Amino acid sequence: MAENYIYTVMKKESLANSIYLMDVKAPRVAKNCYPGQFVIVKMDEKGERIPLTICDYDREVGTVTIVFQAIGTSTKLMAQYEVGDAFRDFTGPLGCKSELIDMSMDELSKKKILFVAGGVGTAPVYPQVKWMKENGYNVDCIIGARNKELIILEDRMKEYAENVYITTDDGSYGFKGNVNECIKDLVHNQGKHYDLVIAIGPMIMMKFVCILTKELGIKTIVSMNPVMVDGTGMCGACRLSIGNEVKFACVDGPEFDGHLVNFDEAMKRSQMYKSEEGKKVLREKEGATHHHILCECHEK
Amino acid sequence: MDVLKKVPVREQDPKVRATNFEEVCYGYNMEEAKEEASRCIQCKNPKCVTGCPVSIDIPGFIKEIVNNDIEASFQILSKYSSLPAVCGRVCPQESQCEQRCIRGIKGDPVSVGKLERFTADWAREHKITPQKPKELNGIKVAVIGAGPAGLTCAGDLAKMGYDVTIFEALHEPGGVLVYGIPEFRLPKEAVVKAEIENVKSLGVKIETNVVIGKSTTIDELMDEEGFEAVFIGSGAGLPKFMGIPGENANGVFSANEYLTRNNLMKAFDKSYDTPIIAGKKVAVVGGGNVAMDAARTALRLGATVYIVYRRSETELPARIEEVHHAKEEGVILKLLTNPKEILVNENGWVSGMRCVEMELGEPDLSGRRKPIEKEDSEFILELDTVIMSLGTSPNPLISSTTKGLDTNKYRCIIADEETGLTSREGVFAGGDAVTGAATVILAMGAGKAAAVGIDKYLKSK
Ligand SMILES: Cc1cc2nc3c(=O)[nH]c(=O)nc-3n(C[C@H](O)[C@H](O)[C@H](O)COP(=O)(O)OP(=O)(O)OC[C@H]3O[C@@H](n4cnc5c(N)ncnc54)[C@H](O)[C@@H]3O)c2cc1C
Ligand SMILES: Cc1cc2nc3c(=O)[nH]c(=O)nc-3n(C[C@H](O)[C@H](O)[C@H](O)COP(=O)(O)OP(=O)(O)OC[C@H]3O[C@@H](n4cnc5c(N)ncnc54)[C@H](O)[C@@H]3O)c2cc1C
Ligand code: SF4
Ligand code: SF4
Ligand code: FES
Repeated sequence: MAENYIYTVMKKESLANSIYLMDVKAPRVAKNCYPGQFVIVKMDEKGERIPLTICDYDREVGTVTIVFQAIGTSTKLMAQYEVGDAFRDFTGPLGCKSELIDMSMDELSKKKILFVAGGVGTAPVYPQVKWMKENGYNVDCIIGARNKELIILEDRMKEYAENVYITTDDGSYGFKGNVNECIKDLVHNQGKHYDLVIAIGPMIMMKFVCILTKELGIKTIVSMNPVMVDGTGMCGACRLSIGNEVKFACVDGPEFDGHLVNFDEAMKRSQMYKSEEGKKVLREKEGATHHHILCECHEK
Repeated sequence: MDVLKKVPVREQDPKVRATNFEEVCYGYNMEEAKEEASRCIQCKNPKCVTGCPVSIDIPGFIKEIVNNDIEASFQILSKYSSLPAVCGRVCPQESQCEQRCIRGIKGDPVSVGKLERFTADWAREHKITPQKPKELNGIKVAVIGAGPAGLTCAGDLAKMGYDVTIFEALHEPGGVLVYGIPEFRLPKEAVVKAEIENVKSLGVKIETNVVIGKSTTIDELMDEEGFEAVFIGSGAGLPKFMGIPGENANGVFSANEYLTRNNLMKAFDKSYDTPIIAGKKVAVVGGGNVAMDAARTALRLGATVYIVYRRSETELPARIEEVHHAKEEGVILKLLTNPKEILVNENGWVSGMRCVEMELGEPDLSGRRKPIEKEDSEFILELDTVIMSLGTSPNPLISSTTKGLDTNKYRCIIADEETGLTSREGVFAGGDAVTGAATVILAMGAGKAAAVGIDKYLKSK
């Protein structure tokens, strides 16, 4: 890591196996960001540009919180960063703020909102729930994951949501079943009524939530995470079919009306670079000897 | 030596260069440069200068090459241009300075561009930098975008003594010079970075990773950060698509994405993390410089490449030199051909393109003959990758977040041609953001004009 990198990690926390939270010093981003927006980080000269949703921010201290899952080359390298290490680049805020932020108080007070968070998608849900509470609105939130170990941010969420429902696929914690079964249980068995659902998680989860909420007649907002490069509308890599239109997730989104999103196309597109992974795996394997973040030859 | 003929420039063998990303053209050495420079007859009323959008003193800098004082030659160039090594490489000289050269009437024009490149390269190799401002005035000016327009405006203002900060959205300065134009035409480390260092050596600060309209706004820069004037040089980076079926299939890219992955993110270099899908059979749709660059990049990454263009070769908007180089390297031109649909296989990947043959009809409003579809001429081109290179338009991020900044129906910012002044007081603009996609030298010309405009405005304030 080069000395002139300025986006320093101020805090690091392990939230679950392979899921990390970091507060990163980035005053310009912290000053103007809102829930729903994202940043693009780049570790070093040769790294990828990695989009990550803003999970929290402290305008006074000038930090932005990110939560990421170490799933591939770049995010695994990121997981090795400790407090005091720094990113070469940290751009943002990008994308539009959540629709909720600009909704009138009148409108918001009439709505009963259910947030549905899946896995690492709990991170982008959290600032929205927090924002709602701080502005005086009570919301419900489902946090779903495969098993107990992958449930994150539960305590923090409970501080701000009126009701938090935990659900795990294997029943190791909370309700047993996927988030859809949990939604059905709330609506059908527990007499809950919702006017708006905000679902953020794996694409496949959002797809099935949208199928269900369409049946239930509840408007649903989702946050899309297609492959991106620049994040400013310049490359078109992030394009999605929304209704009859083509939209760029980085500037028109990342949040969209879930009932209009063509999920099948989006899921196919997000597989596009899978076959390219060989090259990255190679660098990852060499990583131990060759690409350790503290290795000097790596900074060329 | 035949004075009617220009000194030929050495180039990499087409067969070899089709497989690497090293620069195609080697440029002149000292001896060749002097020989070519001596062909200039030092016109009293040099026509060449009138063809240059920034009116470089062409006979002046060429004369110093003949005199063997390359440093003096460079200082003359730097008076007019902050990026001479870039312009010498990518300017469409054949339709600008060289087109007007008197030598061109009876033979080859003087190779002004190649000589400009020679002087700039020599200065860089000998670590000569442009002269610094004598006095600083401490007045803060913000420049948005580190492309040719922004860099030029910033450099000129710094020379006048202003305290200039450039805000750039991407992680590297350079604009199209770093993300669009490929390495084999414009080396990034050796040439672009060095010219940017020259601008910095004048005292210009560059803050990367700042997206104006998102990270901060023009109003905040002026009201809270103390910038007294702003220049917008944000380019025209928004890609267009055709709107035909299949365009969102896997394997369809905008030229911007393909080139950005390869140039800015250096996907061709295995030690960088960003991947690129090179393709085996690639069609590039379009006929401009951008299309040629995308095609020649795909070729170097190992693909068989077609350029699909709906008019004929004479109408190709790309520079002649680029078309010539592309053909030499093995790019196949499929002219008078228009795509109708992209065919997609069961996995969601491109499998081909349904095209139709065209013929040229009567000239349209632009004076070019209008292509019309030939009946029953449909055919299928088998492909695995399609690159759309249909032009770009200005990004609305800035205009939509700056109150009182007027744009026209193409979303271009409206600015006075002479001073760069926009509808907002203290806000100036130039380059592709104003004109739509144009050229490096026009963007530089606009940056220069705006620097003068800003200076006048701030002095009268
Ligand atoms: C707007 C936006 C916001 C995001 N927010 C977050 C966040 O808050 N936390 C977080 O952990 N991740 C988030 N992501 C996803 C994150 O960017 C990817 O996980 C990351 O780029 C993977 O990089 P890698 O090099 O580690 O993995 P790679 O080696 O590139 O890929 C590893 C695996 O992840 C898949 N993958 C790659 N990119 C994406 C993607 N964009 N979405 C889903 N799967 C992908 C690949 O297909 C592959 O299976 C977001 C993405 C976008 C576009
Ligand atoms: C592939 C390709 C090949 C070309 N070949 C040639 C050629 O051979 N010869 C020639 O003369 N011309 C060529 N051109 C055209 C030429 O490059 C452009 O006309 C020129 O670069 C325009 O300069 P500019 O400074 O106006 O904009 P750009 O070079 O586009 O620079 C704009 C900069 O502003 C930044 N920016 C945008 N929005 C924001 C924001 N909101 N906040 C902060 N920063 C922002 C961008 O990231 C970018 O760095 C080519 C263009 C392309 C794409
Ligand atoms: S800047 Fe371009 S047009 Fe002007 S002299 Fe140089 S090559 Fe010719
Ligand atoms: S017109 Fe040609 S010969 Fe005359 S000064 Fe210019 S370059 Fe030299
Ligand atoms: S990421 Fe490039 S346009 Fe959205």
